[in-house]
Amino acid sequence: MHVLSLRRPRSLRKVMLGVVGLTGFLVVWQLVPTLGLINSQYLPYVTDVFARLAEEFRDLAFWRRLGYTMTSWAIGLAVATAAAVVLGTIVGLVPFLRRATHTVVEFLRPIPSVALIPLAVLLFGIQMQAALLIIIYASFWQVFVQVIYGVADVDAVARDTARSFGLTRRERLSYLVLPTALPYLMTGVRLAAAVALILAITAEMVIGNPGLGRMIELSRSAGDAVGLYAFVVVTGLLGLLVNLVFRFIERRSLSWHQSVRGEEVL
Amino acid sequence: MTTHTGRIGYRSSPGWRLGRRVAAGFLYPLGLPFLLLVIWGLASSSSTNRFFPGPVTIFEAFRETWVGPAFVDDVLPSLYRLALGIAASIVIGIAAGTLIGLFQWLRELLEPLLEFFRAIPPPVLIPVVMLLLGITDTMKVVVIVSGAVWPILLNTIDGVRATDSVMSETADSFQITWWERLRFLVLPAASPRIMTGVRQGLSVALILMVISEMFASSAGLGYRIAYFQRNYLIAEMWSGILLLGLVGVLLAATFGVVERRVLRWYHGIREVNRA
Repeated sequence: MHVLSLRRPRSLRKVMLGVVGLTGFLVVWQLVPTLGLINSQYLPYVTDVFARLAEEFRDLAFWRRLGYTMTSWAIGLAVATAAAVVLGTIVGLVPFLRRATHTVVEFLRPIPSVALIPLAVLLFGIQMQAALLIIIYASFWQVFVQVIYGVADVDAVARDTARSFGLTRRERLSYLVLPTALPYLMTGVRLAAAVALILAITAEMVIGNPGLGRMIELSRSAGDAVGLYAFVVVTGLLGLLVNLVFRFIERRSLSWHQSVRGEEVL
Repeated sequence: MTTHTGRIGYRSSPGWRLGRRVAAGFLYPLGLPFLLLVIWGLASSSSTNRFFPGPVTIFEAFRETWVGPAFVDDVLPSLYRLALGIAASIVIGIAAGTLIGLFQWLRELLEPLLEFFRAIPPPVLIPVVMLLLGITDTMKVVVIVSGAVWPILLNTIDGVRATDSVMSETADSFQITWWERLRFLVLPAASPRIMTGVRQGLSVALILMVISEMFASSAGLGYRIAYFQRNYLIAEMWSGILLLGLVGVLLAATFGVVERRVLRWYHGIREVNRA
């Protein structure tokens, strides 16, 4: 009990400082154009941006665009994760495949996915599939590499124990490989979720399929600075939301795991 | 007689094994890529889809497109901006991260802000920086820094914060100077995390280099590739993708070498702990 009362003023202080920091940032943002350090044409007032945000939040078209972005994000992430889990498990479990694919993986992985944008445009034009190609390519590697590490990380003693107890292949997969690989998989999916969002919005900016990214590009070319900043803030909030949700899922699904239990005890 | 045959047997068997090992050493890393290239070549020569030219066509286009003046006009400036952006991100990220990591109140003050800035997808900053700075070379470097600095900054903060408490108390009781403390305790302790951040920053930097050029430029690698695509120069476009891939691989390999040097002590400790 006394531990709690000791900790509370600390976390209260933390929240207070955080709020002060955030407010300070917004005040500085408001002051810079007010004092004329940067023309408000290029850096609009914070108040204008927030007014615009409130306006957008009441607009149905905004939510539809958000829907487009999140749809391609979700489809891309789901396809990439499914493919990466299946392929990663197979490659990770078979040493021969792991050695044989190593060079190909090490060459394909660092290729920046945005390099594929021209190819995607050629193949699919400005449809959602073009964005999906890029999203899937980028997020696939995040999960794939983690799954390979995770599957290969099975404890030697546990593996031998399982073998001497005569566990079937199915049982080995669900009691031995899955629990070992799950923390890696969750890390991979969390990273992939962030990457998929980045590329969903990037694809809309560069390719021009409908969504938030396209609105950013349109605001820029129309010289609508307030709208541009408002949409950038929206994408930031979206990224924050994705991070928080996936961190929460990670903690929940790994509540039995040492890394999470250890944190909670401290 | 027996010794003679014995010696021959002795000599031939490791030679044979060595040969096999060399063959496996080549086959494993090169077998699958070679196989894939052959399959691609066969598939493209029998199909009529002109978006997927064969590897030979792409290699020819690669030589014709990038070897020569295009390398100096388009590739080198891109790589220069990339290097500049990465260097600036590393310096800013480590300096600011160390400062923020050392003072708890500063960390708590800035934490929500940093979380937000990290969550912004870096490419959306391109239009913002364009608005503030116009379409210049500086803008492209600033774009790269504005995206690549966050992973380095946040990892440095975490690394500095997690300095071993016994070591920092030892440092306190030995009354080493502020500078010595930074040089011999804080930065080495944080370096594994810093290197993780730099690795993430590198891939962000490369992405931003490409997009900033696709978006607002009349030269550079990203611009060239988009230009080839718009003009249906398919083989040239593929050669550009190949070149970007090579840049990515080279960047990753360089980082691997640097990381091994910087973290040699760290990997050594981990080996010992594992054994």
